[in-house]
Amino acid sequence: MKRRDFLKSVTALTAASAVSAPAVWSPAKAQSRQETLLIVSESGPNNLDIHGVGTNVPGYEASWNCYDRLISHEMKTDANGTPYYDKNKFKPELAEDMNIGDMSVTFKLRKDAVFQDGTPVTANDVKWSLDRAVTVGGFPTFQMSAGSLTKPEQFAVVDDHTFRVDFLKKDRLTVPDLAVIVPCVINSQLVKSKATEQDPWGLEYTKLNTAGSGAYKVTNWTAGSQVVFERNDNWKGGPLPKVKRVIWRMVPDAGNRRALLERGDADVSYDLPNKDFAELKTNSKLAIVSTPYSNGIQYLGMNVQNPPFNDLKVRQAIAYAIPYQKIMDAVMYGLAKPMFGAPADAPIEVAWPQPHKFNTDLDKAKQLLASSGASSINVPLSFDLGFAGVNEPIAVLIQESLAQIGVTTTINKVPGANWRTELNKKTMPLFENVFSGWLDYPEYFFYWCYHSGKSIFNTMDYQSPAMDAFIDGARTAAANGDTAAYDKDVKGMVDLAFTDIPRIPLYQPYVNVAMQKNISGYEYWFHRRLDYRAFAKG
Amino acid sequence: MLTMILKRAGMAIPSLIGVVIVTFLLTRALPGDPAAYFAGPAATPQAIEQVRVKLGLDKSLIAQFGNYVVDLAHGNFGTSLTTGQPVVSELITRLPASAELTLLGLLVSIIIAVPLGILAATKPNSLIDHACRIATTLGVSLPVFFTGLILVYVFYYQLGWAPAPLGRIDVFFDPPPAYTGFYLIDSLIAGQPETFMAALKQLILPALTLGIFSLAPIARMTRASMLAVLSSDFVRTARASGLASYTVIVTYAFRNAMLPVITTLGMVFSFLLGANVLVEKVFAWPGIGSYAVEALLASDFAPVQGFVLTMAVMYVALNLLIDVLYGVIDPRVRLEA
Amino acid sequence: MTVIATTPQREGGLAALIKHSRYIIAENPVTGFAFALFVLIVLAAILGPEIVPYNPLTSDTAQALKPPSAHHWFGTDQLGRDVFSRVVVATRLDFFIAVASVVLVFLMGGLAGVAAGFFGGWTDRIVGRVADTIMAFPLFVLAMGIVAALGNTVQNIVLATAIVNFPLYARIARAEANIRRDAGFVEAARLSGNADWRILAFQILPNVFPLLVVQMSLTMGYAILNAAGLSFIGLGVRPPTPEWGIMVAEGAQFIVSGEWWNAAFPGAALMVAVFCFNLLGDGLRDMIDPRRRT
Repeated sequence: MKRRDFLKSVTALTAASAVSAPAVWSPAKAQSRQETLLIVSESGPNNLDIHGVGTNVPGYEASWNCYDRLISHEMKTDANGTPYYDKNKFKPELAEDMNIGDMSVTFKLRKDAVFQDGTPVTANDVKWSLDRAVTVGGFPTFQMSAGSLTKPEQFAVVDDHTFRVDFLKKDRLTVPDLAVIVPCVINSQLVKSKATEQDPWGLEYTKLNTAGSGAYKVTNWTAGSQVVFERNDNWKGGPLPKVKRVIWRMVPDAGNRRALLERGDADVSYDLPNKDFAELKTNSKLAIVSTPYSNGIQYLGMNVQNPPFNDLKVRQAIAYAIPYQKIMDAVMYGLAKPMFGAPADAPIEVAWPQPHKFNTDLDKAKQLLASSGASSINVPLSFDLGFAGVNEPIAVLIQESLAQIGVTTTINKVPGANWRTELNKKTMPLFENVFSGWLDYPEYFFYWCYHSGKSIFNTMDYQSPAMDAFIDGARTAAANGDTAAYDKDVKGMVDLAFTDIPRIPLYQPYVNVAMQKNISGYEYWFHRRLDYRAFAKG
Repeated sequence: MLTMILKRAGMAIPSLIGVVIVTFLLTRALPGDPAAYFAGPAATPQAIEQVRVKLGLDKSLIAQFGNYVVDLAHGNFGTSLTTGQPVVSELITRLPASAELTLLGLLVSIIIAVPLGILAATKPNSLIDHACRIATTLGVSLPVFFTGLILVYVFYYQLGWAPAPLGRIDVFFDPPPAYTGFYLIDSLIAGQPETFMAALKQLILPALTLGIFSLAPIARMTRASMLAVLSSDFVRTARASGLASYTVIVTYAFRNAMLPVITTLGMVFSFLLGANVLVEKVFAWPGIGSYAVEALLASDFAPVQGFVLTMAVMYVALNLLIDVLYGVIDPRVRLEA
Repeated sequence: MTVIATTPQREGGLAALIKHSRYIIAENPVTGFAFALFVLIVLAAILGPEIVPYNPLTSDTAQALKPPSAHHWFGTDQLGRDVFSRVVVATRLDFFIAVASVVLVFLMGGLAGVAAGFFGGWTDRIVGRVADTIMAFPLFVLAMGIVAALGNTVQNIVLATAIVNFPLYARIARAEANIRRDAGFVEAARLSGNADWRILAFQILPNVFPLLVVQMSLTMGYAILNAAGLSFIGLGVRPPTPEWGIMVAEGAQFIVSGEWWNAAFPGAALMVAVFCFNLLGDGLRDMIDPRRRT
């Protein structure tokens, strides 16, 4: 009886699969398959509007592809032949002309740009959108302030197609900051009609609907399940994209994502374990592109205000005790740029990220620890559970290595939702974290991570007047175009960061993308999300 | 009958209240600060405080609970932080997905386990009996997510028999119009046989995973119940009267043995609703299980509370249904009650 | 001269138990097999860390993800640790989780249940309500919630398992206590001045034990599966502790890329243990109450 039932179920399976085996599609489906790009990732957006409250990182991808900005970046080619955004060359998007003055920049808008509902794009929409960005608070306002864009008064409508941004002070980052995702141009008339007293900026409407002039619009969003994008055939911000439809599906299990790619049932994924990327590179069924994070570093941070890590010798001991190469091999599978082990005589460059001179040397570590006088150190080693795939094996390897110099650690997994809070408390003695900035400049990174004033990303609670001086000097020099002073200050800040070693850089991660061989047009952007506009299939 | 139903429903109210209170407290005890999460990665402590006030989290627990109950009374289950949608609408769309999967899994399990149990009961302590016991126990001895992953690996990745584990229906199919939310039923109502087949194909592997996991209790209870019935007088009489073996077993014995099996089915169903969460994660199934798990890990109160309350109500309703079924099948129960 | 008529003595105590067990095992070879497995598991739990060839925590990244060989019988995992050593050493922790869970739930559920059945009234109502409330929860989600709220330590996983199984034990214990409330030996104990709680703990609870022992072996299996499910979600024991569930959950991501041994061996060990506990439950039921042999 059991055998009969088993055979029954197997026959049912084969009968069902005989109806349509994977390779055979009905003509209608084959057509739509060809015109659609299917992306799979672990999680999806919780909000389609980057100005929204608590919008997560996948939400940025929806915003990037559905809205235009005044300017964007030209593409150059990196060492691997991948198109890479050129941080120094801007490209017109909604603005067809840009005139940078001494204390302001003026944009001439395209006259033919229309929003997806047909309304023409005017300077009033631009002002409303930028006012919104600096007023709603949270991440968007913070990002705008990184380029000294903080007050609605800075944004002026000259006429319907002319728009001016006034500078509060000279800042090299102001113009680049206008090309990031946040200052997107929203259909102000449409959204204002949906606003209410409690919701003057219409955030509830834009959470669920895209109201932009971009190349794509969201036609269907089932939170946690899929997002469907359709091409805006009236897009004026660039050449018409080749892909008519993009379906972004959430598939929680990493093994299944890989299986889908290998069997050809999905087109693109950037969300696989490093090991899978490394292996898929060699098996040539798929195209894998790996690009280093611009301005991004995974590091081991220490709280420098409290014992035991307030002692420089202890910090240096830890820096010598980390199993750097093991991490590169067993966790990253070589898919990262080492930030350690620079030769002892190498000069400090004017660049960031750059490697420090520490490498694994347990004897040196033990000596330093002994000479510091600290003994029987026992601390929790914390990390963000949301990135456990990488953080956990690194923690295990570090724990093992530290044990060999007499430092005991317990692994403390902090749920993703709680990670920010824990970081902000500045009480965790030892923790793994990653930071990267959209604006690829050393002083930008240091400003957020090492400056005593900006506490949020200075997770080590590092207070150093000397460092502050270097950072402030570099920013001023950049604003004034004083290259000599800039170079001196940047070298100074990097040197001090490595001497004081409040955080120990481990590696610069890669952004990895796996695609079917018939997909082309992947571009690396500073936000590391996918830009659908350049993709082509077949 | 009606009084019995009302009485039972009334007895269940305190449990439901208990569930609401415990869930409320439990979600508040979760680590993670929704205000910090909401305020975003770059928020200053002041910004976080502002968000906390906006979310109403600065009030005392009692006040928050009061607000929650008032909202509940209006059918407002709150909004999810992770998806940004109202919990009620998400529960409405996701519940049929889980229910369809669980019911189909139960069906698969019944189809395999009940005949096995009957067979084992007719030949107690034989090789077949032991083999049945071993087979069903093996099914329940593996973690359910592991069974699921192995099935995907063998039947999708290696053999290509099963479709891609991408959810309820193939990406290039439009789902059927939502009459009940059950794709199988809706596609039949709308007269779309292709959609029906597509939905069925996606259901096979996850239903099989759930089914394997629930074979053991059903088979065991069927066997036990059949054994008890097969040794009873009326069966002996039937055999003595010369009735065919098949008639005796199926027409007489099984019908009488059904009662305890049905109770077990109820228990198994509610157990499966919980085990669902893991299967949904493996198969990217857009059900309430995966919804609740993601919310729980993000310390997102509202969906977890909504999910637990919905499940509790369903559990109570299910038990009620079973009691009614009991009464229908066995008049003795009805008369005694 | 007195002739004392002697009746043939019934063999008492341990000897009778062993003889009865041997009879049951002979009748039902599957039970015998389960007993043998159980002994093996206990041995592995006790001796595990002493007899394994490698330190289960030592990583050796140069040897990561090597298939089973003469050096590493079960292969190595993603950090180069020996899978065989980890699987054997994990026996202790998993066995501990299983045993601790059942002991805890027996005490919690058993005591609450007998108290409810014995005293009736408000005790009965409160225990009943608590049990009903717990049962109304989707059980795995309740376990998840408890571990998420309290932290993912072994103690909390054990506690979560115990809480989730509480209603079942309370119900069975209550039914038994109800019956025995007026039994003769209870009366006798009361008359000789025993306080109520002493009666509960020393007279009634031990009588409830045989009924629960079958359920307990099933719960042992459930405890291990629960820990595995929690690990899959990320709420399992902390690394680098070897535990079957977390090894299966972590190893699962290597199935598609072909490193099957990472998940297969811990999965097999887990399956064997749960399987053994389940079958043991059946065998124990046969031993204890022949009427209920199913």
